[in-house]
Amino acid sequence: MTKHDLALSRRALISAMLSAGGGLAVGVFVPSFAQAKQLGAVLSGDESLAPREMNAFIVIDPDNTVTVRLPHTEMGQGAATALSMIVAEELECDWTKVKCEHASANRNLRDKGVYRSMTTVGSQGVRTSYAYLQQAGASARVRLVQTAAEQWQVPVVECAAANGAVTHLPSKRSLTFGALATKAAAITLGTEPTTKTPDQFRFIGKHTARLDSAPKVNGSAQFGIDTQLPGMVYAAVANCPVFGGLLKAVDDSPAKGQRGVIAVVKLENAVVVVADRYWRARSALALLKPEWDVGDRAAVDTPMLKKMYLDALDGPMVTAEKIGDPAGALAAPGAKLVSATYEAPMLSHAPMEPMNATVQISADRVDVWIGSQSPPAALRQAAQAAGVDPSKVFVHNCYVGGGFGRRTQHEELIQAVQVAKVVGKPVKLIWSREEDIRQDHYRPQAAARFNAVIGPDGKTTALDIKIAVPSIFRSLKINPAANGLEPMAFETMGSAASPYNIPNKQIGVMLKNTHVPVMFWRGVGGSQNCFLMESFVDEMAHAAGVDPWEFRRSMVTRPDMIGVLNVMKEKGNWGKPMGPGQGRGIAICESYNSVTGQVAEVTVTPDGKLKVDRVVCVVDCYHVVNPNTVEQQCQGGAIMALTAALYGEINIDKGATVQSNFNTYRLLSMAETPQIEVYLPASGGPKWGGIGEPSVPPLAPAVCNAIFAATGIRVRSLPLKNVNLKKV
Amino acid sequence: MVQLTINGKLRDLDIEPNAPLLWVLRDDLGLTGTKFGCGIGTCGACTVHIDGVATRSCVTPIERVAGKSVTTIEALSADSTHAVQQAWIAEDVVQCGYCQSGQIMAAVALLRATPNPTDADINAKMSNLCRCGTYPRIRKAIHRAAAALAAAGKRA
Repeated sequence: MTKHDLALSRRALISAMLSAGGGLAVGVFVPSFAQAKQLGAVLSGDESLAPREMNAFIVIDPDNTVTVRLPHTEMGQGAATALSMIVAEELECDWTKVKCEHASANRNLRDKGVYRSMTTVGSQGVRTSYAYLQQAGASARVRLVQTAAEQWQVPVVECAAANGAVTHLPSKRSLTFGALATKAAAITLGTEPTTKTPDQFRFIGKHTARLDSAPKVNGSAQFGIDTQLPGMVYAAVANCPVFGGLLKAVDDSPAKGQRGVIAVVKLENAVVVVADRYWRARSALALLKPEWDVGDRAAVDTPMLKKMYLDALDGPMVTAEKIGDPAGALAAPGAKLVSATYEAPMLSHAPMEPMNATVQISADRVDVWIGSQSPPAALRQAAQAAGVDPSKVFVHNCYVGGGFGRRTQHEELIQAVQVAKVVGKPVKLIWSREEDIRQDHYRPQAAARFNAVIGPDGKTTALDIKIAVPSIFRSLKINPAANGLEPMAFETMGSAASPYNIPNKQIGVMLKNTHVPVMFWRGVGGSQNCFLMESFVDEMAHAAGVDPWEFRRSMVTRPDMIGVLNVMKEKGNWGKPMGPGQGRGIAICESYNSVTGQVAEVTVTPDGKLKVDRVVCVVDCYHVVNPNTVEQQCQGGAIMALTAALYGEINIDKGATVQSNFNTYRLLSMAETPQIEVYLPASGGPKWGGIGEPSVPPLAPAVCNAIFAATGIRVRSLPLKNVNLKKV
Repeated sequence: MVQLTINGKLRDLDIEPNAPLLWVLRDDLGLTGTKFGCGIGTCGACTVHIDGVATRSCVTPIERVAGKSVTTIEALSADSTHAVQQAWIAEDVVQCGYCQSGQIMAAVALLRATPNPTDADINAKMSNLCRCGTYPRIRKAIHRAAAALAAAGKRA
């Protein structure tokens, strides 16, 4: 057993961090326990064009270590392992010598976007990067083989790469990649090699151990919040509790005499206490009584918001999609009508690692340690706040303690830069959990009204959907959604993603924003829309007098969706008898290019106590890179979605967020977690589906449809904790 | 001045007695494997052992730990070979990993008290929160660790 020194860890990392400009090193786990070791912490420096850099994504060291630079962030979803597997599939390297690190956003800026967007949202890690990562691996392999052939003066076709070495097949001579890398890196190919097609994959698709397990079980993985710099001070923040409000005044004298307190910094919308320890900063901050200028926002509360979105359903809509003549079908005499109105609440991301940033401003550069889903955005934000050219900013993207969409906006980083400028020292700024939840950008709340016609054949012949929801684009100032539409508003409902062929269909959208910011939350539009839509599909099935599975199946023609429905039926025991108080529900939708169906089994006691017993999750993402991590995403997505369905709501009172910590914004516990089964009927073909989010949308409607099956109670508003499930 | 034993080392700390152990570990001693999650003792990311008992360090003032022995994730084993860490690796429990130090410390305490836990025991004792949803694999890993310890005739 090779002992790896835990203390390594700390010291080596700190010094490496200080000298580095690049990303994070993810230790390698060798799948045999006897050999398990973390290959140590190697950071990418400023990613200078090292002689052994085969391309921006691959560096090969003389000892045959292959460093894969990740264009996407590892935040738990398994991107580090999956993306490295894609490179290794083509490179033919020794997998036990692979390590990976987050690519440098600064390099990306200098090197004309060599790492593309570097933003990890929309379940895009694999599906948007597999082609260029395959290409990077193949290109490196061909050049390594060519270098060996030249060295041996033999034809290239007599040489082959495997397991980190090139072999001359007739003579059995062999050279490691490490011995060939420097020369190979200098070769420019006339034409890039073709890459493997999925039927040729040998490694992709195999259950592969995560590359980041080892450092995450011994405390050595360095998250942004773990950053330690010499001379560093700590900052605790009280933001204006009402979004958009400003700091009017604060008497800083109660904090100033406290032990360890270095400064009280007044920002536009926050007061920050800086001290030699975080706890001292936090304690001193609690002594302050800042006054805020919140304007008329203090009049806003949740009942007002609910009414606003419900009322909007009676007003004008912007047509997002129209097929056939739904209005005519709905007005036809004798039409069998089904109608319902649904609501979904706002949600907070609440990743386990509260928002934080560490900033060091030097004469010629700004260094940032943070966990970010968008290092280029963090870089731009830091540059702007520091007033320096973006090329002078180095973002060290650390391990990310949960993202779920939250870590693309970094107000905490801007504050850390502002504070570092004032105090002239490296600053670690941490938002408390209360600030994290109360200053989040939430999953939008929504109200929707459905009107449908059930035809004589028991199928839906017309469906009119009206949805009122805030605009994420407007809230983030990405664009003004000038035509009154944005794709997230009707995500998973539009005909391209909806499984159902309905001849007359219309979707109307009304975007309405308030002072409460909204953003991408795991599953984005689908996270609420699938609840709205698939619950109503269940209502239509019951109105039609058709079994909910048969009803769905009768309106679906796409083979991938039929495939998912079939697995749901088989593995979900659809139609099999259940005990008293038990029910089974289903839901299906397409999101992020993957088709996901879930079957939920619930028990509701006569006094209304709900238990979700079992969830069957079926995903067709067409190509599975690592079934190990895909299963994790399906389990995790279902659990996050169940948390939301049972407990999730962000309410507003006097303009501010009511919930503030896990005692008021409850997360699902181990004891409440149902049995979750995952099935992956990957159907292949040209599409590659996402996996980080698609297991979220169908969970809530599957559970609510199961509740209906068990109790006859139709849930039209979440969370379930507010719904009385007691039999009347 | 507060005197306590942390990972086997006696420490004299010139710190306010009401300072939470979590921040002393992280900021004064550089033991950042123990995590800050909620600050109110709810999520368990800050779980350490105090005289072997799983304890939420974010709501534990160091004066309460005076004279006692604190063990953090960093000292659970010298080389990640503790049966629970090995089970965590074998089951690939982790996702983002942020809560896992606390989960592992809670699991070790559970296995010391209940070497062969049932699912009900796990439900009752594993109250640490995980936002990524690693619970199904945590459960499997605890069972795996229990079996490995039993086979080796060891205690957690």
